[in-house]
Amino acid sequence: MRRSLVATHPSVLWFLLALALVTLGVTGLAEAGLISTSFVKTLGKTLCLALVAVAMDVVWGYCGILSLGHLAFFGIGGYAIGMWLMYVRTEEIVAVSLAAEALPPTPQEIRDAIGTQIFGVVGSSDFPWIWSFADRAWLQFPMIVIVPGLLALVFGWLAFRSRVTGVYLSILTQAMTLALSLHLFQNDSGLRGNNGLSGLQNIPGLDGIGQDRISIWFFWASAAALAAGYVFFAWIVSGRMGSVIRAIRDDEARVRFLGYHVESYKLFVFTVTAMVAGLAGALYFPQAGIINPAEVAPIASVYLAVWVAIGGRGRLYGAVIGAVFVSLLSSWFTGGGAPSVSLGVYTIHWTEWWLVLLGLSFVAVTLFAPKGIGGLFDRIAPRPVADRQGDYGPDAGAWRREEGEP
Amino acid sequence: MTALLEVSGVSVSFDGFRAINNLSLTIAEPELRAVIGPNGAGKTTFMDIITGKTRPDSGRILWGEKSVSLIGMSESAIARIGIGRKFQRPTVFQTQTVRDNLAMALKGRRGPREVLFHRATADEAARINAISAEIGLADSLPRIAGELSHGQKQWLEIGMLLAQDPRLLLVDEPAAGMTPAERAHTTDILRRAARTRAVIVVEHDMDFVRRLDCRVTVLHEGAVLAEGSLDHVTRNRDVIDVYLGR
Repeated sequence: MRRSLVATHPSVLWFLLALALVTLGVTGLAEAGLISTSFVKTLGKTLCLALVAVAMDVVWGYCGILSLGHLAFFGIGGYAIGMWLMYVRTEEIVAVSLAAEALPPTPQEIRDAIGTQIFGVVGSSDFPWIWSFADRAWLQFPMIVIVPGLLALVFGWLAFRSRVTGVYLSILTQAMTLALSLHLFQNDSGLRGNNGLSGLQNIPGLDGIGQDRISIWFFWASAAALAAGYVFFAWIVSGRMGSVIRAIRDDEARVRFLGYHVESYKLFVFTVTAMVAGLAGALYFPQAGIINPAEVAPIASVYLAVWVAIGGRGRLYGAVIGAVFVSLLSSWFTGGGAPSVSLGVYTIHWTEWWLVLLGLSFVAVTLFAPKGIGGLFDRIAPRPVADRQGDYGPDAGAWRREEGEP
Repeated sequence: MTALLEVSGVSVSFDGFRAINNLSLTIAEPELRAVIGPNGAGKTTFMDIITGKTRPDSGRILWGEKSVSLIGMSESAIARIGIGRKFQRPTVFQTQTVRDNLAMALKGRRGPREVLFHRATADEAARINAISAEIGLADSLPRIAGELSHGQKQWLEIGMLLAQDPRLLLVDEPAAGMTPAERAHTTDILRRAARTRAVIVVEHDMDFVRRLDCRVTVLHEGAVLAEGSLDHVTRNRDVIDVYLGR
């Protein structure tokens, strides 16, 4: 009876194999100098997006909750790591400049100088309370998962217990995301308003090491996180838990009458995926170098849903394919990589038309290929042969077993 | 025979329409009871009230030896204390296998933590095999439930109900859309279940009710019109007027 996860879900093994090959391949190309550091960073960021897409697939594709807030949890994770990076980095700079003073600076003077450096841009110099832990990694790092987790827990508890479902729940999650980004845009939010946090690519204590090396480390860390997250979610969606959450997606009321407390299950899935999204964000933004409230805006979470839909809902590798494919394509189009198309009277510049193309592909996928890109794998995979044991029907007129397809 | 479920003086109205009007009913354990009545008599609402889907405006619903009130309990809590329900339309989980459907319904711990760390045991597999044999789906365990015929889905749902091992089964029109052979089989399953449990069957089909050979409650306009053996209620003047005499 007891079979391992890999035995029951061979796609997990294939996925890990493919990820390992990509990781080694990219490392080799980067060492040989064939791909640039910035492209390694793009690929590392893409892996983080793939991780948050897998989380989105679990909450939407498996549990049926179309959350338009998971990229907000991703952003919160980014802010959490960014606060620590920025504080410690600024501390190093301030220490150097104050060392030239005649009198050695007091700890209070150092802290004030850091505050002036960080918050000068929004006309302040005091540390808001949310920065209380930013100077200590062992306190700040857990916030990467605790803050998104707590927010998801409180929000989910309020929403699910009121039995808000479907499109209304999506609107509610979008409202939460909008409120969060509007709050972050304010200068007195304590997170530098629309300036966001910057200089995140400089990792404290690694001054002597070039970005080419750090980018590879982050790429590896992102690949490891994606692998671990993939296996973790594959474990959750297999077995009895997977059965129950897919059942909740298909017929929530029926699951209640089986005795399962549907709200607890939704809350579990919503919270766990939010925490993983926070973790993915904490790996993404040091590679991006900057985080600002626009990253948390509702449109970002809509993109996430589009990736998962294009990649294929309800299968984890589909979400990864969607996120990788669409986000890489998107950076190619918007980065000026795609050549403009001249129509004589009008020239299509892809930097402007990419969103239209993306929107059209989303509609096309939804209408013509609801299984997404991941659905293509069903065509290659051998179709399961119905193991018909008996005849086609109980009546005498029904087909005998031998008459049907073998 | 002791009372397992006692419904007394229950009323509920939707936008001024009294769907259930001062309804009282007692079910013993074990007992097989058929509930019949014309359309709109409140049969389904009656099940909704017991299972916690609809909250009554007034009245009492008491359960078990300790006379626990079911009013205000959540649907899932009511299901866990031992009330199972089968819907009129077969509602099985179409994208999952017959085995997964049965496994989900199996009596056991229902908390997210227990379910997450759940490992299938040989004992559970044996229970699933026994139930699938009883509902005639032993060969279909690995099939996707969506592929099953209408009658097989009805049975699968009955099987899920048996897997829950409830003390009270509420069965809404189990024979709808079944062939005569399937109906006979369904009757057998229900009668066998009623040897150890309380079973309430809501049904339109008089022949089916006759084969169940049990006490019958006739509902009309949300209240009990008559109660007794099928022969007794079919001789009742009121019943003939509202239901049979058309």
